[in-house]
Amino acid sequence: MGLLSLAIWTPILFGVLLLAFGRDNQATTVRWIALVGALAGLAVTVPLYTGFEIGSAAMQFVEKSVWIERFNIHYHLGVDGISLWLILLTAFITAVVVIASWDTVTSRVNQYMGAFLILSGLMIGVFSAQDGMLFYVFFEATLIPMYLIIGIWGGKNKIYAAFKFFLYTLLGSLLMLVALIYLYTQAGGSFDLATWYKLPLGGTAQTLLFFAFFAAFAVKVPMWPVHTWLPDVHVEAPTGGSAVLAAIMLKLGAYGFLRFSLPILPDASREWAWLMITLSLVAVIYVGLVALVQKDMKKLVAYSSVAHMGFVTLGFFLFSDLGMAGGIVQMVAHGFVSAAMFLSIGVLYDRVHSREIADYGGVVSTMPNFTAFALLFVMANSGLPGTAGFVGEWMVILAAVKANFWIGMGAASALILGASYSLWMFKRVYLGPVGNSNVKALLDINAREFLVLGLLAFMVLYMGIYPKPFTDVMDASVAELLRHVALSKLP
Amino acid sequence: MIDSLGWYAAFPEILLLVMACVIALVDLGVKTPMRGATHLLTMLTLAVLAVVLGIYASSGATVLAFGGMVVSDPMGNWLKCFATIALMATLVYGRQYASQRDMLRGGELFTLSLFALLGMYVMISGHNFLVIYLGLELLTLSSYALVALRRDDLKATEAAMKYFVLGALASGFLLYGLSLVYGATGSLNLAEVMRAIAGGEATLKGSKQVLILGLVFVVSGLAFKLGAVPFHMWVPDVYEGAPTVVALLVGGATKLAAFAIVIRLLVEGLMPLAFDWQQMLAVLAVLSLLVGNLAAIAQTNLKRMLAFSTISHMGFLLLGLLAGVVQGDSANAANAYGSSMFYVVTYVLTTLGTFGVILLLSRDGFESDNIVDLAGLNQRSPLYAAVMAVCMFSLAGVPPLVGFYAKLAVLQALLASSQPVYIGLAVFAVLMSLVGAFYYLRVVKVMYFDAPTQTAAIEAGFDVRSLLSVNGALVLVLGIVPGGLMTLCAQAIASLMA
Repeated sequence: MGLLSLAIWTPILFGVLLLAFGRDNQATTVRWIALVGALAGLAVTVPLYTGFEIGSAAMQFVEKSVWIERFNIHYHLGVDGISLWLILLTAFITAVVVIASWDTVTSRVNQYMGAFLILSGLMIGVFSAQDGMLFYVFFEATLIPMYLIIGIWGGKNKIYAAFKFFLYTLLGSLLMLVALIYLYTQAGGSFDLATWYKLPLGGTAQTLLFFAFFAAFAVKVPMWPVHTWLPDVHVEAPTGGSAVLAAIMLKLGAYGFLRFSLPILPDASREWAWLMITLSLVAVIYVGLVALVQKDMKKLVAYSSVAHMGFVTLGFFLFSDLGMAGGIVQMVAHGFVSAAMFLSIGVLYDRVHSREIADYGGVVSTMPNFTAFALLFVMANSGLPGTAGFVGEWMVILAAVKANFWIGMGAASALILGASYSLWMFKRVYLGPVGNSNVKALLDINAREFLVLGLLAFMVLYMGIYPKPFTDVMDASVAELLRHVALSKLP
Repeated sequence: MIDSLGWYAAFPEILLLVMACVIALVDLGVKTPMRGATHLLTMLTLAVLAVVLGIYASSGATVLAFGGMVVSDPMGNWLKCFATIALMATLVYGRQYASQRDMLRGGELFTLSLFALLGMYVMISGHNFLVIYLGLELLTLSSYALVALRRDDLKATEAAMKYFVLGALASGFLLYGLSLVYGATGSLNLAEVMRAIAGGEATLKGSKQVLILGLVFVVSGLAFKLGAVPFHMWVPDVYEGAPTVVALLVGGATKLAAFAIVIRLLVEGLMPLAFDWQQMLAVLAVLSLLVGNLAAIAQTNLKRMLAFSTISHMGFLLLGLLAGVVQGDSANAANAYGSSMFYVVTYVLTTLGTFGVILLLSRDGFESDNIVDLAGLNQRSPLYAAVMAVCMFSLAGVPPLVGFYAKLAVLQALLASSQPVYIGLAVFAVLMSLVGAFYYLRVVKVMYFDAPTQTAAIEAGFDVRSLLSVNGALVLVLGIVPGGLMTLCAQAIASLMA
């Protein structure tokens, strides 16, 4: 069994174990087992990083064996510079979420923790699958645990949100399924991604396939105008669910563009790049404006996620190494920052049980330690240099200016918007006079919350101050991907 | 002389017939309310049959017996084997239910089920119009009686009447169609019918029009039996009205036999007319997907919802069947029919799990057949909720559950044809399964998100509990490693096409 298999199946096995044997009267045991599982899952991903050969565009840690013989489907895993950090991010966020939900979740703890661990394994599977059908299976399977997480532990309107989440994303992925099977038949019966990269495809076929993949990935990213499920779902999901959703699940869509749309359909990608860039800019600017007027903190961060993911897709479709790398860095950075934002809101929600900005004010006077963390995360969210949020956005803006001044201009304006909504929220929630008796009664964060936020703060600063480890690993893979995009596949 | 008849090929049928009679006799002496001895003997018989059929099937041999009237081939033997196992599961799940509803006063549930199974065997191994028809009648007559087993129950009696009238009509259709085909070809034997049609004008005894007219009736009759729209009216009523254990028999094992006769009649007998029947199947499939999925949304009764969902699944099954022959080229045929077989087998497996949970939750005087009756099941019993959830996600076609691979196989068969029409059908089917996902998710929602409305303890014997767990686990495990069953189906069909 290879390292990648371990990274996928360790959390899943622990999750299944919890589902099978956990009882609510042994909640503490359940939590400890979950933590062990999450940490074990994180531990097995570390050798992936230390053993990763920088400078090679080839897939590493490859595992390949026949899975379904009849359809020539392989259990084929591999990791390259694009997916490496996403896998590490997944394992890291899962461990953080397990700690963050330690005593805030009290009912059916085993199912909660089990769902997160299984979800973690499935998402690592998505990031390492090198076979189209294997990818799809992992991609779709993530819906089940997330649906249950939102529906069981969510807020007031959880059922609506759970259905919206499931059906919205299922619609997209079903069209992708048809596309995958079409590619399978065109490739003479192969689901192998490397084979698909070499497959010649006509213009019409490429366009149709491009939009089938677009349906799946754009909904997941989510790109404007199919982003409407995200705010609803974020608001109702439990804190851990929101964190995982924003930090990792949104990346599944963006990652899909890199693995499928761009290299398999280079001609269609170039042909429709204008559309993708336009939609990304709309997400960055328009959704940024929408975020400005939100009254609900979670909704605000959800819209800001859409705006930040707009940077990612913008970077991808500029077809320059700077933009592509910037997009990937932004994915990882947004993983840390958005998880931190949602967990911070969770800290407040656990105490006051409100997400309304108006219900707060002057939190700094009762929770100074917490406010320090919150300030850092808000700064990172608005893209302040020295934090993780800056690196990717700056790279993308630079690439955009190189490509076309006006695109760069539009992208850069997002920094102002990002700063506006983030800082304005910070001012209204944390600064000023103490808003009401609830805020007055607040207790500062305890050691566990300090640990959670501290871990995230460390990563946010580390990535902002010294991004080299992040960018180094991806250079070769990005160059290889761009080479694929540049080659026409028209017969 | 005896060997030339090929008794060996019909051994399972003979054994089943003898044992059904023996069990009927033995049952006269059984006095216990749960019919322990009858149950045990039935289970033993079925277990032996399942093993024997498994051995037959894995030998891979195809034997024609009784002068070509009966065939024993891998597809038939696997289907018979699965039908036997499905009946075993049905009886295990339903025994408690039946005894609480006064259905075990006599041993009819067991003996009639065995005769129904015998009917399925004969249908599956029939290689001659009349043999197939005889098997079908044996199955349906036993089923009518089974549905009416609770003769004091108004709903069940009504369902039995409907089932009987419509079923008799369908049998009439089929028989009429078969006789027209006989008139046109001059033979009842599948192989000879095929030869006669393939030979064209030179070998046909009647005109082509008669043949096509016969085909229309045959397809209608088959659509009735499968429950495809617009011949589906009996399905919801029978599911809702029949005692749940009988509904499971009609909706479970029987589907395997229905699939078999579709293959026997259309593929083995009328393959040269594929162009004609594929068009009919396309219409049936589209209508079934549309009506089944849309009507299921409106149901509050769980059994009725499952009935409409069955209809939509039969639509999917038909999609696999119609992709076989493209412009006279049957290269894709084994692939397409193998996909359909995989679909029906996994469908039956999932249905068993679903109905198993419903049967388990039903108590004396309480049917548990409304969707809301499942409310909060996760809090009452995480295990059974998980089994039901796994089955629901599987029916919705979400990976990594087995139902997904069934859909994948059928969609792949459609797309492999590279016909724009079939690609359009695939997209349509995919969109319809999105609609389907909604009502399956609703069941999951009720079980996991809602608070329980009942507090009664769920009592289950060891056999039910373990079988249900195995059933749920199979839906998941076959989803993680579906290769074996897929290959099995593909090979079974391939040996039939060779």
